Amino acid sequence: MTIRVNGEEKLLEKEVNILELLTLQEVKMVEMVSVELNGEILDRDDFETTLVKENDAIELLYFMGGGSFGF
Amino acid sequence: MDFNEAQIERYSRHIILSEVGVEGQQKLLESKVLIIGTGGLGAPAAMFLAAAGVGTIGLVDADSVDLSNLQRQIIHQTKDVGKLKVVSGKETINEMNPDVNVITYHTFVNASNILEIIKDQDYDFIIDGTDNFGAKFLINDACVIAKKPFSHAGIIRFNGQLTTYIPDNNTPCYRCMFKEPPPEGAVPTCREAGVLGVMGGVIGTLQATEAIKYILGLGETLAGYLMTYDAIKMEFRKIKIKHNAKCGICGDEPSIQELIDYKPPVCSL
Repeated sequence: MTIRVNGEEKLLEKEVNILELLTLQEVKMVEMVSVELNGEILDRDDFETTLVKENDAIELLYFMGGGSFGF
Repeated sequence: MDFNEAQIERYSRHIILSEVGVEGQQKLLESKVLIIGTGGLGAPAAMFLAAAGVGTIGLVDADSVDLSNLQRQIIHQTKDVGKLKVVSGKETINEMNPDVNVITYHTFVNASNILEIIKDQDYDFIIDGTDNFGAKFLINDACVIAKKPFSHAGIIRFNGQLTTYIPDNNTPCYRCMFKEPPPEGAVPTCREAGVLGVMGGVIGTLQATEAIKYILGLGETLAGYLMTYDAIKMEFRKIKIKHNAKCGICGDEPSIQELIDYKPPVCSL
């Protein structure tokens, strides 16, 4: 199945949920990412139950602080 | 307001632009922009807004200039190390453009002072140049409550991003995209992070561009978009973001009734 992640085409060999997709994308800390699925911001609690579908457009939005990561 | 000869010459490259002209330059001179944080993002934003003739610039910062700041915070010079950042910033602006009235606020923003600071000069536009998530959420929530447009931005390593919030326009706020600050344990430490000095220059200058365009009523802003910049790939992207009806501050049923002081940063610039 083919999807788009941050504008780039990606081929998936098997069905995955959003959490598994983040692992495939080598996201080290899930808490540092917000996920937009087909134009809608996805609730963090739904990452595990939301399956990725053919032609989905997914944007991974990363938390960015300043010159140093404060907080 | 009449321009004197020096002003006509100083702003001639603006005035010659049909989209700016004498009228637009006048708007800039009468405008007021608040810059929160005079670091990597705030320094270039402040300098370009001052050069552009924004008549009133507010600078908020509690820190003093450190030698390690100078790799990117170009409003401060080697001679300023140890000086309050707001004082150093004001001196640089005053030397560059005497038309600009600089107001300084030597403090961190927090839940009890931010609305007062925003209202102090009834600022037209606010620039978030802070370095930590607590301050970023605070600025977002305060601007939503005070109905003030602002530019949010962040930089890290070789990446940067920004968006613009315009009130009463159904545009998403920062909290629409990021629900709440990440837990402390998830955030890399300062030593792991680092930032290429020019990132603040690129993104802070884009923030200044958004402020100027908003003041002039010119073109499209980044309201409704998150713009990302990857310096390694040398790639800009504009990601369309919708207003989030479930947003805690600007959604249909906001759960946040008053401003929140999140835990302060564990380390500073």
